[in-house]
Amino acid sequence: MSPEPSGPGSRVIRAQGVAQSRSLFDVEILRHAAVDSLRKLSLRTQARNPVMFVVLVGTVVTLVESIAHPTLFDWSITIWLFATVLFANFAEAMAEGRGKAQADTLRRMRTETQARRLGSGGAEELVQASDLSRGDMVVCEAGDLIPSDGEIVEGIASVDESAITGESAPVIRESGGDRSAVTGGTRVLSDRIVVKITAERGHTFLDRMISLVEGARRQKTPNEIALTILLAALTIVFLPVVVVLQPFGHFSGATVSVVVLVSLLVCLIPTTIGALLSAIGIAGMDRLVQKNVLAMSGRAVEAAGDVQTLLLDKTGTITLGNRMASQFIPAGDHGMEELAQAARLASLADETPEGRSIVALADELFNLRDQKLDERHVFVPFTANTRMSGLDLVGQKIRKGAADAVKSWVVEQGGRIPPGLDDTVASLARAGSTPLVVAEGPEILGVIELKDVVKQGMVERFDQLRSIGIRTVMITGDNPLTAAAIAAEAGVDDFLAEATPETKMELIKAEQEGGKLVAMTGDGTNDAPALAQADVGVAMNSGTTAAKEAGNMVDLDSNPTKLIDIVEIGKQLLITRGALTTFSIANDVAKYFAIIPALFVATYPQLNTLNIMKLHSPQSAVMSAVIFNALIIVALIPLALRGVKFRPVGASSILRRNVLVYGVGGIIVPFVFIKLIDLFITAVHWY
Amino acid sequence: MGFFWTVSATVVLLAITWRFLGSYMAAVFDGRINYLRWLERLIYRLLAVDPEQEQSWQRYAGALVVFSGVAILVTYTCMRIQQHIGINPQHQLDVKPALSFNTAVSFVTNTNWQNYSGESTMSFFTLMVALTVQQFVSASVGIAVAIAMVRGFVRKDCATIGNFWADLVRCILYIMVPISFLFGILWVAQGAVDTLGASVHVKNALTGFTQSIARGPMGFIEPIKQLGTNGGGPFNANGAHPYENPTPLTNLLSLVLVLAIPFALTYTFGKMAGKIREGVALLGAMVLIFSVWAGIAAYAEQRPNPAVARGAAVTHTVVRQKAGNMEGKEVRNGASASSLYNIASTQTSTGSVDSANDSFNPMGGFALLTGMMLGEVTPGGAGSGLYTILLMAVIAVFIGGLMIGRTPEYLGKKIQAREVKLAAIGVLVMPVTVLIMTAIAVSIHAGRVGALNAGPHGFTEILYAFTSQANNNGSAFAGLNGNTAFYNVMGAIAMLMGRFAVMIPCLALGGTLAAKGSVPAGLGTFRTDTPMFSGLVVGVIVIIGGLSFFPAVSLGPIVEQLSTGKFF
Repeated sequence: MSPEPSGPGSRVIRAQGVAQSRSLFDVEILRHAAVDSLRKLSLRTQARNPVMFVVLVGTVVTLVESIAHPTLFDWSITIWLFATVLFANFAEAMAEGRGKAQADTLRRMRTETQARRLGSGGAEELVQASDLSRGDMVVCEAGDLIPSDGEIVEGIASVDESAITGESAPVIRESGGDRSAVTGGTRVLSDRIVVKITAERGHTFLDRMISLVEGARRQKTPNEIALTILLAALTIVFLPVVVVLQPFGHFSGATVSVVVLVSLLVCLIPTTIGALLSAIGIAGMDRLVQKNVLAMSGRAVEAAGDVQTLLLDKTGTITLGNRMASQFIPAGDHGMEELAQAARLASLADETPEGRSIVALADELFNLRDQKLDERHVFVPFTANTRMSGLDLVGQKIRKGAADAVKSWVVEQGGRIPPGLDDTVASLARAGSTPLVVAEGPEILGVIELKDVVKQGMVERFDQLRSIGIRTVMITGDNPLTAAAIAAEAGVDDFLAEATPETKMELIKAEQEGGKLVAMTGDGTNDAPALAQADVGVAMNSGTTAAKEAGNMVDLDSNPTKLIDIVEIGKQLLITRGALTTFSIANDVAKYFAIIPALFVATYPQLNTLNIMKLHSPQSAVMSAVIFNALIIVALIPLALRGVKFRPVGASSILRRNVLVYGVGGIIVPFVFIKLIDLFITAVHWY
Repeated sequence: MGFFWTVSATVVLLAITWRFLGSYMAAVFDGRINYLRWLERLIYRLLAVDPEQEQSWQRYAGALVVFSGVAILVTYTCMRIQQHIGINPQHQLDVKPALSFNTAVSFVTNTNWQNYSGESTMSFFTLMVALTVQQFVSASVGIAVAIAMVRGFVRKDCATIGNFWADLVRCILYIMVPISFLFGILWVAQGAVDTLGASVHVKNALTGFTQSIARGPMGFIEPIKQLGTNGGGPFNANGAHPYENPTPLTNLLSLVLVLAIPFALTYTFGKMAGKIREGVALLGAMVLIFSVWAGIAAYAEQRPNPAVARGAAVTHTVVRQKAGNMEGKEVRNGASASSLYNIASTQTSTGSVDSANDSFNPMGGFALLTGMMLGEVTPGGAGSGLYTILLMAVIAVFIGGLMIGRTPEYLGKKIQAREVKLAAIGVLVMPVTVLIMTAIAVSIHAGRVGALNAGPHGFTEILYAFTSQANNNGSAFAGLNGNTAFYNVMGAIAMLMGRFAVMIPCLALGGTLAAKGSVPAGLGTFRTDTPMFSGLVVGVIVIIGGLSFFPAVSLGPIVEQLSTGKFF
C-alpha cells in the first residue's frame, strides 16, 4: 500500500508532519536568527515597534556623540544600545525560526505536480497543477499526489495525509457526505477518485499553512494593539521626563551628558516587553502549530483565551464513542457469576469492541480468564435478521442480543420471561445504555449493560475548566434523559440534547448575546454556520471543506478535545505579555537608583545616598544599567517563546502569583544583577 | 484638641459622610432627589435646555467646554471692571489682564491658584459673584464628569452618558448649596467674620502703629471653599487666618469638608455599579496612599527645622524646637495637625493651607509635592479624584487582566485599544505638562527671576507651582512670585491642560464604555473588588507618578533633605 517516497524532503515530512518537534533552540534556528536579526535592522521593520525604534534613534544619537567626542564610555554605551536593538530583533527571529523551517519543508511539497484534468467529453489531459482553476475535475489514482484542494465527486480511496497531519495511518475519503474533502499535497494510496477542485491557485490549504506557520501575514491582535498603545504612551512620557533633565540640570548647575541621558531613556522605556512583544505572539501561534492546530488568525488564538463557554460534541470528545459492558444484571433466581460466564462464552468469538468489553468485564469480575472453551462448539454470528449472536455447545445454546429478539427466541423454546426483565431493560435504555439480554436455552439469565464510556480524565479536565471560569456544554443527538445521565457522569455544566444544526446555532447566539465568547468544534457541512458564528470555531481536518472554511482554526489531528489546549495557549499568550510588561515596568525602579545619583552626583554629592547599590562610579553605574537592560532581553527569550506556565486555578491565585513573581521579582532582580554587572566591569577594569 | 482626637474625629465623621453622602449623591444623580423641582425647572427654562435629553459623550463634553468657556469669560470680565460695579468698600482697582486671566481660569478649573492677596485685590462683588460662584460651579462640573464616566461603566449598549445641564444643576442645588449653607451658619456661629463692611483700622496704643484689619463675607464662603475642594480663600493667609478658620472645631470640620465628597464618591461609584465593594476597593487605594503620605508629613514636621537650627548655630542662640518645625505654622494648631491639614488639602486638589508649605521641612514639602504628583487621586478633587483614579484603575485592570490570561474587563466592560489609549492620555497629560512647563520656566529669564531661592529650594518652588496648577490643586509653595505675565499665562495653560485634557478623555472613555456590551462575571474574571486590586491600583499610581517625577524630585526636595545627611 505504501508508495515510495518521492524524495528526501517528503520522507522528513512523512515522519513528522507539520508538528515536527524541532527544539526551540535548534542550532540551525539560532544561526538563522542571528543573520535575521541584522536583516531586521531595516527602518521599515523598526518603525513598526515604537519602543525599539526609540532605542535605535538613541543609538544613532550616542553614535554621533561618540564620533564627535570619542571616549571609551561613550563608545561602550553606543555598542550596548545597538546590541539592545539586535537582541530584540534576535528574539523575534528566534520566534519565527521554527515556523520558517516548517514552511520550508511544506514548500518543498508544493513542487510542481502534474494533474490529470478531465475534459468536458471525459477525455483526460495532463496539465500543471498550478494551471488548475476552481471547478476543474481531475482524476487521481493510486500513487498520485492530489494536485490541489477539492471534493471527491466520484469514487472512494484511501489517502495518506501524513504530509499535512503527521499521522501515518491512511484515511478513507469518499464522495458525498462529510468525508469527501481532500487536500492538495496528499497522496492517494488505493483506488481511483474524481476530484472537483475547490481552491484557487495560491489559496490552497497548503499555501495557507505555509503563510501561517511562517507568520508572513501576521497581524497584531486586539490585545497586542492595546498593549502597544500603552507601551508607546509610556515611551512618550519618558521622553520629556529625560529631556527636561537637561534644563533641570542646567538650572542646578550640573552638566548632563547626552549619552547618559540617552542611556537613562533607553533604560526607562519598556524595552524588555517592547523587544519581546512580537516574539511572544509568534511563539504563541507556533505553540499551536506544535499541537497540530492551524489558527487562521492570531485574533482567534487570543479569543480562545477569553472563551467562557465550550461546546463539545459528546461522541468522540467526551465519550469514547464505543459502547462498553459496564455491569451484569441477573434475572430471576440466576446468579451474577452464572450470567457473566454465559455472557463471556457468548462473546468469546465476538470481535466487536462491545464483545471484547463483555469478556473483559467478566474476566475482571470473576477471574474467568483460564476457563477453556469446549472443542466442540459452533459460533452463531450476529445478523441483522436475528439481532443475536452466541455459541452452540453440546446440549447448550447461549444467545445474547436485543431484548425482544432474545425474548422471542426463549419463548420459541418454551421458556418464560422472568418478571422485572422488561423494567430492567426499559430503565437501562432510559439511562442511555444499551441492554443486551442473555439467555441459555429457554432460560433468561439476565441483562448486560452496555454503556458509552466517558473518557478517562474528563471529569478532572472539566473541573479545571470550571475553576478558570469556563462552562462546558455537551452537544448530543441523544434524548434529554440519556444526555442528562452522561452529562452528569462526565461532569459537564450543561447539555444540549437532540441537537440539530439549528439548535446549536441558537445556543451559540444565546450565549453570545449574554456577552460570552463561545468555542466549538465541528466537522460536518451542517456545522459550518455554527462554526462561523462561534468566536472560536475549530474544524476537524477530517471534515468537509465547508467546515474548514467556516471555522477559524483547523485541527490537523481531528481531535476535538484539543479545544481545551487551545484555550490554555490563548490564555498563556496574554499572561506572558502581562507578566513581562509588569516585569519591564518594575525594573525601572532599580534603574533609577542606578542612574539618577550617577547623573547628578558631581553637582550634589549628597545624592550618593541614593546610590543604594553602592555602584563603583557614575560611569560604571550607567554602564551596568544599560548592560542589564540589554542582557535581560536575551535572558527572557526562552520565557517569551515558551510562555509563562499556565495553571488551571482561579483568576485570583494566578494574579497573586504573577504579581509576586513578575512585579515584586521585577523590582528585586535588577538590583541584584546591576550590582553584579557593576562588580564585574569594575573587576575587569572596564571602568 | 490633641492630634489623636483630631484624627479619630475626622475618621469617624468621614465614615459617616462616606456612607450617607455617598448614597445621597447617587440618588441626586439618578434624579430621585427633587425637593427643589420648581427651582430646577426654572433654571432649565432659563438655560433653554431639556434635562431629559440624554447626551452622547461628545455633546456632554461640548456643553461642558462651552459652559466653562463662558464661565472664564464672565469671571474675567468681573475682575476687569470691578472698580465700576460696586460692593467694593476697599475701592479695589480693576485687576490687570494677565492676573485676571490666570485667576479666572484658576477658579473655573477648580484650581484656585491665587497669584494675589485676596484682601488687597478683589472687590466683594468679584469675590462673591465671580469667584465664589465658580467655587460652587466648578466643583459641580467635576462631579458631573465623574458621574457621567461612571454611567459609561454601568450602562450597556447605550449611546449616551447623561445630560450635562441636569447633572450640573442637580449637583449645585441638592449637594453644594444646602451643605455650604448649613456649615456657613456654623462657621459664623464659631466666629468667622461675615460682613460687607470695609477694613477696620485699629491704633495700637503701645506702638502707635495703625493696623488695618481686612474683613469680608468669609463665613458663608469658607464651607464651599472646602467642600468643593476649591481652596481659594478670600485672605492671603487662607486657612491660617482666624476670620476664615476661627476655632479648632472649624479647623477639624474644614478637614472633614475637604475630604467628604472625594471619598464619598467612591461609595456613589459602588452604588451605581451595583456593588459597594467596587467602590471600597478604590477607597482602599486612596486611604492607603493618603495615610502613608500624611504619616510622612506629620513625622517630618515633628523634626526640628534644620534651617532654624543652622541659623541658631550661626547666631550662637539656643533655639529649642521641641514642638517640631513650627516655622510658618499656627501655634494654635501645632505641627502635626497643620501638616495633616495641608496633606488633606494637597491630596484633594483643594490647595487651601493653614500653614506655610515653603517652611515645611524638606521631607514634609516632599510629601506635599509628591502627593500632588500622584495625580490628585487620593482622594483627589471633587469628581476629579474619582474620574482620575478610574483612569488609573483602567490601566491596572489592563495589566492585571492580561496577567490572568483574559482580555481585561472592568465592571464587565472589555478594556481594549481605545480604552487604553484614552486612559493613557488622561493619566499622562499631567506629568508631561508639569515637566515641560517647569523645564521652560527654569530655562528662561522670565521663569528664573520668579523663584525666591536659588538651588534646589528655588527649583522646588517652580516645580511646585506647575505641579499644583496642572493638578488643579492651587496650593502654593510660596517663595515664587507668580504674578508676572509669564507665570500668569503659563499657569493658566497648565490649569486648562490639567482640567480639560483629563476630563475629555474621561468622558470619551465613558461614552466608549457605555456603547459596549457587558461580559458576565465568572470564576475566570479579574476581580476588581478585592484588596489585591486596591494594591494594583496603588502600584499603578505610585509607579506612574514615581517614574515620571523621580528625577525632578531628586533635584528638589530630595537633594535638599540629603544635605542634612539623612532621609529623615
